[in-house]
Amino acid sequence: MTENYTALYEEHKKLGASFTDFGGWQMPLKYSSELAEHHAVRQSAGLFDLSHMGEVWVTGPGAAAFLDYALVGKISAMSVGKAKYSLICQEDGGIIDDLITYRRGEEKFLVVPNAGNAVVVAAALAERAAGFDVVVEDASATTSLIAVQGPKAEEILLRLVPAEQHTLVTELKYYAAVEVPFTFGGSTEELLLARTGYTGEDGFEVFVANDSAAALWQAIAAVAEEGELIPAGLACRDSLRLEAGMPLYGNELSREGNPYAAGLGPVVSLAKESDFVGRAALEALKAEGAGSTSGRKLVGLKGLGRRAGRGHYPVLKDGIVVGEVTSGQPSPTLGYPVALAYVDVEHAELGTALDIDLRGKAEPFEVIALPFYKRTK
Amino acid sequence: MAKVAPELQYSDEHEWVAREAGNLVSIGISAVATDALGDIVYVDLPEVGSTVTAGETCGEVESTKSVSDLYSPVTGEVTEINDAVVADPALINNDPYGAGWLFKVAADSDGPLLSAEEYASKNGGEL
Repeated sequence: MTENYTALYEEHKKLGASFTDFGGWQMPLKYSSELAEHHAVRQSAGLFDLSHMGEVWVTGPGAAAFLDYALVGKISAMSVGKAKYSLICQEDGGIIDDLITYRRGEEKFLVVPNAGNAVVVAAALAERAAGFDVVVEDASATTSLIAVQGPKAEEILLRLVPAEQHTLVTELKYYAAVEVPFTFGGSTEELLLARTGYTGEDGFEVFVANDSAAALWQAIAAVAEEGELIPAGLACRDSLRLEAGMPLYGNELSREGNPYAAGLGPVVSLAKESDFVGRAALEALKAEGAGSTSGRKLVGLKGLGRRAGRGHYPVLKDGIVVGEVTSGQPSPTLGYPVALAYVDVEHAELGTALDIDLRGKAEPFEVIALPFYKRTK
Repeated sequence: MAKVAPELQYSDEHEWVAREAGNLVSIGISAVATDALGDIVYVDLPEVGSTVTAGETCGEVESTKSVSDLYSPVTGEVTEINDAVVADPALINNDPYGAGWLFKVAADSDGPLLSAEEYASKNGGEL
């Protein structure tokens, strides 16, 4: 597999990052301590390179109808300026990816898939576009994505925005996006700014052309005051999203799973009139009670001891395997181990005592409500 | 680059051994290991009075990202464990060759050990 490098790779090297392969990309795992980076995002702000994520533009008179067909949500119902979390499924209901769609105009949408799925999603969209009056354009290779996440994110980004434009940012709602002029590197550029994130904190994601990415990254770091913001890697991104109870494709979501088992039933619009890929299979799954009365269901587990469950560890009830951990680690914010796991629906009730098989030792856990962590507003 | 303390000996599994009085040795894990593990959040050490065997697992080190076995670099009886690192595992990251030591053994024999130079050149460490 060819390694891909983001436009910010040299910045990460300068900052002394340790790198990891993620979805075919060499990405910063951490710069110093992943715990320090995690706490910085919860308490102040972290700066992330998310340029490995995909960016696929869907434009044309048939764009809204096409996305209603290609994705499981009712995309045509979105108003311009909003963002929506959705899934792209196979005919059998298996999940190809989870993604965010931004409506940028009546006939213009930006779809953001995960790094490892960007090529597959762009191909699936192009294939499903047959018969619709749309153009599908994969801009992933030329677009960078920089996130500033944490309670100080807004304050820091405003320092790069002309004062008369501040309300564009301050009035931007969660899951919405707007073009904002940013002054950096000696000039001003209109950039797409989204109030979205994967950390459970307030925060923003900024789409920027590769050529300008390093200058924007440096400018954000430069306007932050001492101790206000630190670069943050994928290790803390994973612990932050886990605390926020957000699924990660490849861990909680897969082609073998389905939206109902993953607790994403509300994302699937069976009410929309038009057909969509996976509809028949998803209707059948819902009718048979997938994720509620049949099969397994994604739950949150809280460790009662100090040891953490890890991906693929078995979940036990009275010594019998009733599930499997998909993600788990000690929660830096909460101070106890947390895990996401698929368990048989009969053992998925809140308060159920279960064990995780920690390499031969049964460690006690309890089913608790998700998210594990919710910020106070 | 991870620091390798020049006065210590090392095992292939990244434990270090420091000679104390007589056959007493103290044992910890190297900065190469702590860098690779990330922030350590839990450590499971052998019990005082138990016997550890060179090359065999005698505990676990858990970081935010993973769990790794702890291998004893020597054979002998455990005489003391570092309660401070059990209470605050971050000591291992902050000072792997000092306050982050793990346990002491009255060693009857050593497993295969490397000099600091050998260990550093093999693992990309810095003396």
